[in-house]
Amino acid sequence: MEYFTQQLINGLTLGSIYGLIAIGYTMVYGIIGMINFAHGDIFMVGAFIALIALLLIGASAAMPIVTLIAVLLLVIVIAMVLTAIWGWTIERIAYRPLRTSFRLAPLITAIGMSITLQNFVQLVQGAQVKALPSLTRGAYGLFGSDRFTVRISNIQIIIMALTAVLTIAFAVLISRTSIGRSQRACEQDVKMAALLGVNVDRTISLTFVIGAALAAVGGVMYLLYYGVIDFYIGFNVGIKAFTAAVLGGIGSLPGAVLGGILLGLIETYWSAYFSVEYKDVAAFSILIVTLIFLPSGLLGRPEVEKV
Amino acid sequence: MAEDPKLQPTVEFRPEGAERQDEDRREGLAGEPPRKTEPRSRSAGAILKDSVITALIALALSGPLVGLVMAPGPSKALEIQQRWAPVVLIVALVFVGRLLLNLFVWRKQPQGRSQHRTAAVSPRPSLPAIGTFATPLLLVLSIGLPILVIYGAPDQSRYVLGVGTLILTYVMLGWGLNVVVGLAGLLDLGYVAFYAIGAYSYALISTQLGWSFWICLPLAGLLAAAFGVILGFPVLRLRGDYLAIVTLAFGEIIRLVLLNWTELTNGPAGINQIPRPSFFGLPFTAGPGGFAATFGLPYSTNHRIVFLYYLILALALITSFITVRIRNMPIGRAWEALRYDEIASRSLGINTTNVKLTAFAIGAMFGGFAGSFFATRQGFISPESFNFMESATVLAIVVLGGAGSQLGVAVAAVVMIGGLEALRNLSVLKALFGDNFDPTQYRLLAFGLVMVAIMVWRPRGLIADRRPSVLLRDRKPAGTSGMGAA
Repeated sequence: MEYFTQQLINGLTLGSIYGLIAIGYTMVYGIIGMINFAHGDIFMVGAFIALIALLLIGASAAMPIVTLIAVLLLVIVIAMVLTAIWGWTIERIAYRPLRTSFRLAPLITAIGMSITLQNFVQLVQGAQVKALPSLTRGAYGLFGSDRFTVRISNIQIIIMALTAVLTIAFAVLISRTSIGRSQRACEQDVKMAALLGVNVDRTISLTFVIGAALAAVGGVMYLLYYGVIDFYIGFNVGIKAFTAAVLGGIGSLPGAVLGGILLGLIETYWSAYFSVEYKDVAAFSILIVTLIFLPSGLLGRPEVEKV
Repeated sequence: MAEDPKLQPTVEFRPEGAERQDEDRREGLAGEPPRKTEPRSRSAGAILKDSVITALIALALSGPLVGLVMAPGPSKALEIQQRWAPVVLIVALVFVGRLLLNLFVWRKQPQGRSQHRTAAVSPRPSLPAIGTFATPLLLVLSIGLPILVIYGAPDQSRYVLGVGTLILTYVMLGWGLNVVVGLAGLLDLGYVAFYAIGAYSYALISTQLGWSFWICLPLAGLLAAAFGVILGFPVLRLRGDYLAIVTLAFGEIIRLVLLNWTELTNGPAGINQIPRPSFFGLPFTAGPGGFAATFGLPYSTNHRIVFLYYLILALALITSFITVRIRNMPIGRAWEALRYDEIASRSLGINTTNVKLTAFAIGAMFGGFAGSFFATRQGFISPESFNFMESATVLAIVVLGGAGSQLGVAVAAVVMIGGLEALRNLSVLKALFGDNFDPTQYRLLAFGLVMVAIMVWRPRGLIADRRPSVLLRDRKPAGTSGMGAA
């Protein structure tokens, strides 16, 4: 039981990271119907920018906790802003000229952008793994027997709390503000939205900006949680996050978070009880099984076939 | 939509049937009301402002990542090292480039942007004329290449033929995937799985059972096709992007199983000492009974290389020949119908599941053939050769070439793979940037950028050749007159 709860906490942490990245996939898909393959690499860029900022500020575990939290928030904001500019630029260069083209064209530019970003970061920052010395080691024992105590670390608390805050903020943004209204309008019917005066170009740009900013937060969390990053992390995490988005029903925002958390749990429990080697196989197999029986994901709207 | 003839999807330029649900959305994006058009003859101040903003964005992008390098310091912990020269260079290049574009290029096209937007919808002149002479030319060139290099540049022949073989492998993979993506319109992001299955089945059968290449080759193809059916059967009910992600997941599953099933596949260490191919039973060895001795030729290591080159050329040509023939068979027509409109083809009695399965199986089979060729050529395979990058490269070749066009795929493979290889040893670049400049570092970066650039330049591929093979010629509505040109 203790072991189970411990894995629950670990799985929720991992799932939070996936969920934040999945939001970016699902938003872009919802509006322009393309798989943004470069999104995983945007996440990687976010993690790199965060690590650079942390090293530049000189954050260390010796700092008092209040300073440390302030530094982390600052780093998150820096990473969000700079990564958002990356997201905006990529949309502008690689996707906007192809928006009305046939569907495979933006997919290929997205893959091209993904290759470009990976190799760019490898070139300028080197191929070695970059490690961040642990910033906070603290953890709380929750309950347990003398054999095994369920523990939750500071980092895990930060990750889950931040995900909760960001998800709520994002939900408010989508449901209450004019930006969110334009987003939803474009998702339902781009042409009608344009006729009614929604600036479609700006809305799509904003979608990429918001998605990239959330992915950057995911990058910061990944960096804090695992402590090591390299230029290739974007691929694996990106595919997982996309899987999460599809699992939850692509196009559905609560679905992305739900799918992320489910995927994190599946992966963690599979590693804990069966085999670590096959955890990705388990995640992908569950994706395939889900899609066969629930073709539009858990919370997705079923597609209406129009003739 | 009907009022605007420019946006009317003609038969020729109608989006793929498998993606029909996206059609409305895309039309919506295209038919946006004209936004505030920027006055193109802008003042010097406006041009300067635009260029400065672009340069600032370039600074924000490159500053932290290029200017601040993380490297292990004396105490092994990461430290930041500053390096601002490349940042200044990038920002200056972007500024000057944008300025020049503003001054000279964008001024000449008064509606540069709106032209750009409709470019994808309005028919671009495709290049059918090139096909009539380029196809025989390429064919003659590819057949004559070994003779040309062996007599023309003997010291380079090994390398040139190696690159030629590599390109032809990708041509074959591209043509195989073309059946799935180009003809049937199904997006397959995990094609490398079938390549891997072909390679591993040849490697395992030949090392474990000692069977010859010529028995293993069809077996590998059949196995790959069987996996195509196994994968296809449950998932082909899915549409568009869901199919894409499932194929991607399948590709990753195959790679991970190959990586972790150590008892069978030897895990990450891979399989080595895979038997090399023989000339229909005659090994390429120096001793008696070898290829050279039997034909009374002086022994040369070139024999095997030339043989491998012609082997993959023959396999690729067979792939293309079969594809072109199948295209005109009922099943090929059904693929085409499916690509244009899935619902309509189902209404007309086409069994869409079977049709899709056939496309999947045939594509997979060609992938399997190419895979066993890869295994016998390399003599060593490991799961790392079959990662997603390979799938992406093959898909990029198909789409960049112009999905559905056989010639386009070949041209794209030559451009992308040949270009990638050419970047390995360009001494010109070294002379330009100094001796520390290592072009191999930049090759994948350039690969990605070229992929984006070609796609933006020609969204329908280098050779867009997707005319329907059968047309109903009479009673043509006025809006579709473009198709008569076929």
